[in-house]
Amino acid sequence: MFFDIEVNNKIIKARQGETILQALSRNGIKVPTLCYMEDFTPTGACRMCVVEVEGMNDLAPACSHPVEEWMKIKTHSPMVVKARKTNLELLLANHPDDCLYCVRNGNCELQKLAAELDVKERRFVGKRNKYKTDPSSPSIVHEPEKCILCGRCVRICEEVIGVSTLEFVRRGDSTSVSTANEKPLNLSNCITCGQCIMVCPASAFYEKTHLPELQESLHNPKLHTVLHYSPAISVTLAEEFGLKAGKDISGLLNAALRKIGFNRVFDTSFAADLNIMELADEFIKRLEADQNLPMFSSCCSSWVKFIEQYSPEMLHHLSACKSPQQMMGAIVKSYYAESENLKPEEIYSVSVMPCTAKKFEAQREEMTHKCITDVDAVLTTRELAKLIRLYGIDFHHNEPELPDMPMGTRSSAGKLYGASGGLTEALIRTLHYRITSKEITQFKITEARQVKGRKEFKFKIGQYELGFAIISGLVNVKDLLKDIKEGKTNLHFVEVMACPGGCINGGGQPIPADPTAVKARAKTLYEIDEKDSIKASHKNPMVLDLYQMFLKEPGSDKCKTLLHTKYTPRDVLL
Amino acid sequence: MEIETILEKYTGSQRDNLIPILEEIQEERGFISEEAIVKVSRFLKLPASKIYGVATFYDFFHFERQPAYHIRVCNGINCHLAGSDNILRKLEEELKVKAGQLTRDGIFKYELTGCLGACNSAPVIKINDEFYSGITADDISQIIEECKMKIKEA
Repeated sequence: MFFDIEVNNKIIKARQGETILQALSRNGIKVPTLCYMEDFTPTGACRMCVVEVEGMNDLAPACSHPVEEWMKIKTHSPMVVKARKTNLELLLANHPDDCLYCVRNGNCELQKLAAELDVKERRFVGKRNKYKTDPSSPSIVHEPEKCILCGRCVRICEEVIGVSTLEFVRRGDSTSVSTANEKPLNLSNCITCGQCIMVCPASAFYEKTHLPELQESLHNPKLHTVLHYSPAISVTLAEEFGLKAGKDISGLLNAALRKIGFNRVFDTSFAADLNIMELADEFIKRLEADQNLPMFSSCCSSWVKFIEQYSPEMLHHLSACKSPQQMMGAIVKSYYAESENLKPEEIYSVSVMPCTAKKFEAQREEMTHKCITDVDAVLTTRELAKLIRLYGIDFHHNEPELPDMPMGTRSSAGKLYGASGGLTEALIRTLHYRITSKEITQFKITEARQVKGRKEFKFKIGQYELGFAIISGLVNVKDLLKDIKEGKTNLHFVEVMACPGGCINGGGQPIPADPTAVKARAKTLYEIDEKDSIKASHKNPMVLDLYQMFLKEPGSDKCKTLLHTKYTPRDVLL
Repeated sequence: MEIETILEKYTGSQRDNLIPILEEIQEERGFISEEAIVKVSRFLKLPASKIYGVATFYDFFHFERQPAYHIRVCNGINCHLAGSDNILRKLEEELKVKAGQLTRDGIFKYELTGCLGACNSAPVIKINDEFYSGITADDISQIIEECKMKIKEA
């Protein structure tokens, strides 16, 4: 039901039950916000969105106050603007003045608001709270001094990821965001997904950068540098360089990376194809033996850490396959090294991932082979953009180039890994061929493409009626695990991606996570799939070559040593 | 009493019993240990961070072993004007630790506190549940000695 309200002397339509902020934004009236997050329960913590409502004694927080029929609202009266500015100045009173040296310089909500509200001086000078920076996690740096206590990280950690690593501790002016017993992040139950980074308006959370080591290695003549980038990168990076969201710029990216000086540029989608080959093989073996079903995907390293912590009794469900990042790393330092006559330690292997958890994964001890790590450095999309700028590459004046062979060819199934459901879709295509020896006719599996936290569907392949479940947003996995334990499900395969929407919305992507951009990225992945001639992983000629020349067959002993891994229960404060 | 025994009493209870549970654990064990936080979190099926968040919100929960003598030096306006600063300095000299720290023998801890509500006899200090009113810095040595004697006797 709609009704009229008066805003700034004009009549606008408001909907019964919505907040003042929702009514205003629908009508194109912008009110600044800080703690507000769309689709989350409002908290009204920061008071940046206050508006003046005639007849009310106090200013009302637009984000949490329901709109009512009698309301006459002023969104930018002198009183409102002054209150907002004072609120912001008070927040800034406890915030360091080191914008120039800050990772979020130029992309900081606090900085933007200070400019918008014309803050010109430090009006409130007082003693600032001193906190130690926590660099303990392999993925995420926590710098509480930058925190303005908006609580966005606390909410996403609880409501979307479901681990509640972060929480407000103590109170009043000694409040801070921390973990249980104020343990450093590496000893907490943090699954390193990086969603806290994505929602932080300032720079209280940011990724642990690998750029300095990488630059050093790039200029080390003794090292052969190999880079591979995840399927989600080429459809995201455009946004960092002012191009349309969702534009696929893999060609330009290859050119830029070569200019920076990488000896070889590969596509992780190749390893995604390899991953599907191994996954399908493992799945069929489990299916035939009717053992350890449903099989859980193991590509998302946040999810792997989650199950190691929360449900170690279910670890046997987890696929033994390494993630595409680690498969690529292992192949680069074995097959590729051999073919190029290089020693594995002479190769510096870099991956670009839309993810912070991959930094954690790369340093897991299971991911080293004879004391040599599969992947030496992991960059996020943001770090890659930084690197490109650092090397003065003019993106728009590059001619598109192809990635290097042999790991530059991919099927579109491998590319689909970037979106939630893509792995399942790719798996079904290869399973169909493996089980029935016939290609699937309908490549597009619409059930896997819905935007939902938990999707379940049945799919008939040959004599099997298989149950699939797809999770995006880790909080949704809790109920699923419970249902599986209680025997309420009839599932064969479960794909889990910790971030909502999958890797295209990962914790290493451009900040802020813009929902329309994320949709555009998914759309591009599906368009690539539509146009591509190789639509299934088992049709990737280079993957087949690799098996013929090196790995023998899926699930062979060589595959087991190089491409498979194991998991261990973790004892952390849950 | 073991933490488990305390928890047993609350079998079937929900998150609204969190504070009573924590209070009882503190009463029995003297403070809320890391182990207690983990056990309560498993018991109530709440994340450990939430338990810790609630517990740290309240001043009356402690997370380390408490001293035999907890000295609170009132810093209300009257006591402040009457020289609580001097008392504090003297305590630091006598006990050789800073405010808020536990002495090496684990017997004493002193800290400044808000008004204790005994303004007419300022400056006051409170040792555990006992008030000492109208004291000066010179009295501190004797008071500390008395406390130590009591410990020895016990």
